[in-house]
Amino acid sequence: MSAPLAPAEEAGVAAAVAEAFAANAPLAVEGAGTKRAMLRPVQAARTLSTRALAGITLYRPKELVIAARAGTPLAEVEAALAAEGQMLIAEPPSAAPWGGGAATLGGVVAANLSGPRRISGGAMRDHVLGIRFVNGRGEVLRSGGRVLKNVTGLDLCKLLAGSHGTLGVLTEITLKVLPRPETAATLVIRVADAAAGVRALSAGLGSPFGVSGAAVLPDAAEGPLALLRIEDFASFVAYRIGRLRDLLLPFGESRIADAAETDALWAAIRDGAPLAAGPEEALWRASVKPTDGPRVLAALREAGLRGYLDWGGGLVWIAGPATAAAHAAVTAAASPGSFTLLRAPDALRAAVPVIPEEPPPLAALSRRVKAALDPKGILNPGRMRAGL
Amino acid sequence: MIRQPEPKPEVLSRRDEIVAALRALVPPHPLSGESVIADPLRLKPYETDGLSAYRQPPLAVVLPSTTDEVASVLRFCHANGVRVVPRGAGTSLSGGALPMADSVVIGLMRMNRILEVDFDNRLAVVEAGVTNIGITRAVEERGFFYAPDPSSQLACMIGGNVMMNSGGAHCLKYGVTANNLLGLTFVTIEGEVLRLGGAHLDAAGYDWLGLVTGSEGQLGVVTEVTVRILRGPEGARAMLAAFGSVEAAGRAVDAIIGSGIIPVALEFMDRPCIHACEAFAHAGYPLDAEAMLIIEVEGSVAEQDELLARIRDICAPLNPTSMKIAESAEQSAAIWKGRKGAFGAIGRISPDYLCMDGTIPTSELPGVLTRIGEMSRRYGLAVANVFHAGDGNLHPLIMFDANDPDSLRRAEAFGAEILKLCVEVGGCLTGEHGVGVEKRDLMGVQFTARELDQQRAIKSAFDPGWLLNPSKVFPLAQAAG
Repeated sequence: MSAPLAPAEEAGVAAAVAEAFAANAPLAVEGAGTKRAMLRPVQAARTLSTRALAGITLYRPKELVIAARAGTPLAEVEAALAAEGQMLIAEPPSAAPWGGGAATLGGVVAANLSGPRRISGGAMRDHVLGIRFVNGRGEVLRSGGRVLKNVTGLDLCKLLAGSHGTLGVLTEITLKVLPRPETAATLVIRVADAAAGVRALSAGLGSPFGVSGAAVLPDAAEGPLALLRIEDFASFVAYRIGRLRDLLLPFGESRIADAAETDALWAAIRDGAPLAAGPEEALWRASVKPTDGPRVLAALREAGLRGYLDWGGGLVWIAGPATAAAHAAVTAAASPGSFTLLRAPDALRAAVPVIPEEPPPLAALSRRVKAALDPKGILNPGRMRAGL
Repeated sequence: MIRQPEPKPEVLSRRDEIVAALRALVPPHPLSGESVIADPLRLKPYETDGLSAYRQPPLAVVLPSTTDEVASVLRFCHANGVRVVPRGAGTSLSGGALPMADSVVIGLMRMNRILEVDFDNRLAVVEAGVTNIGITRAVEERGFFYAPDPSSQLACMIGGNVMMNSGGAHCLKYGVTANNLLGLTFVTIEGEVLRLGGAHLDAAGYDWLGLVTGSEGQLGVVTEVTVRILRGPEGARAMLAAFGSVEAAGRAVDAIIGSGIIPVALEFMDRPCIHACEAFAHAGYPLDAEAMLIIEVEGSVAEQDELLARIRDICAPLNPTSMKIAESAEQSAAIWKGRKGAFGAIGRISPDYLCMDGTIPTSELPGVLTRIGEMSRRYGLAVANVFHAGDGNLHPLIMFDANDPDSLRRAEAFGAEILKLCVEVGGCLTGEHGVGVEKRDLMGVQFTARELDQQRAIKSAFDPGWLLNPSKVFPLAQAAG
């Protein structure tokens, strides 16, 4: 493979794609390449990276809006926001599940990766106000804009978020952001098992106290734990965590983790750290109906896999052997929900559906929408599905 | 007036045959009776929507009761080249449900059942014809609610909300429709029934839910919706802050957001709007102010007290002409009463009004209002401005007389100039009402020809024959391809 193309300007990205279009030559599209071991391996003669398209282009804290070129490191965006007391709402995972590195904003948006605050604040794709991108013809296009409310035309921001570079190459992204809460605390409850844990989370999320994180760690050192996070002004957090503790007393003895411990706990939950997965192991995330989470965990345990729950029980982080049998167990357990093979050796990723297959009429729509944006199929071919 | 495409003569000439075929596909409902309407008198209620300056009776109206019936009607229309206009309650302010003479309206109002409420998983499954408020009514006994709250929430239906990605006064905190959905039952023009999403968040694969939401009936028909329901806060309370200038009110908005407080609602009204609402609702609004903010916060009573006190202290240095913090739920309701009645209040002082819906970066508000004032004088038409100040969504209400063709023409030109201004300052044509027929021909102001072509190609991937909701969203010359 020749050296990756890494244009420093959007026009360079457009030119590279236009050339590939003319030559019918597929491109592997990536940011910093931290998530190469995610989904299916891409067969392409050249790699087109957005890593050199860097820099924050607009930041208006009082309008809750930030825009940056796609190759801007996520950490740089987060640091700029922190300096103004703000944050990315969706709390996206770092590149830690893939061995670390400086993930780019474009890569995180293209993967629609969201962390624990998903349940209260929305997904990464929910906060994409506008994008600039290059489609598979090499045309520079925009969707959305830089205002918080916009229903003008089809929403290509959401379509491209989570499309893993298969419909277009993101070159610039505008996001809604929010003030960082003054402080946070976590109620840590020792529960009987995962099922009791999810019942505690449902009760907490059904309370008026504004829970912004809700996880179950079934294999914690001190036994199964349910964790519920509150973030707000300091006086509000003190009051709410106390009320929440009273409400959830029936689920088991509990303690309150302070702000520093809370930050560490949820960073670990965000990045899959509780799995302590070995480098040879595969990683998955499954999204299911929250009350199905414990059933999924039990089925995975039967199959020799281990996991924990975020998103009130609805997000299952899974680790285990990188085998087709383990993958089949994840696929079966996640149904009728969704799953993503987050990390595995190439051989497994090339051999199995890494996300759920679509029924034929929907698969036909996927092909037609792909063709509408990338008629020659040159952008990240096969990354999400074989033949697409 | 906005031009409409020519109806297809070959469809008009087959009217009786089409109606007979639809009657065979959708038999009369045991309780509601006839399911296909073709009698001209009974078609009248379907000839317009919330954009009542435009009227056109359809070829026929079908009122299906099930997803299967919707699928069979779409299959028939697809096979016969008949255009289809999906319709909920017909409250669209952009003409999103305006029929064409050769179109069949699919009215979803009979699909009004709540199918499932699941408090543990915080979701409800409802048919497309359930009203927005109907969802909250079905879950409020346990303190839950459905968050997006468009002004028409008593009437508008969730299927229409999905199609227009409706917002409301509280989306600064809770987001718009797209942020509150889990799943859809979606019928394609070929009559395929697809389940998009489900009871889980963020299915892997292309984001069909995100693409379909806000697509204004261009891609298919939604028959069932799985929504997220949220537990409400302990309580909520409003305050009112009035200022001697638009600039001062704008600075107050900046300062509140800059302090780290995100109020659940942050509404702005200008002087003409304050006066109209006060005359209508007697809400106790300050008539000496140039601009007024309604600010609502949530939480326990102590939290409300603390937040409202902080906001009062933030506003104080900006020399408000008056401030009033509600002491009770009743006083909060009184503060909201005028705002919620704003459209009715304008309707009382003007025979007709156009409600515009652009969005601007919030910092541009003073300049934009100054220029709208200049336009108002130039066009000789009064205007009142309501503004969702937290998210930049501006609603100028242009007053005119529909019986005077010149007045309507001037009102439309005035509206178009406002929307062009919104785009010029970095905003967009529509924040929550949709493009519909109304703003269709302005799309070229916001998008390049290539960008519109790309959207058209995606529309064609769903609806190759361009039968779904004709003459909306895309400029006519563009749509023809």
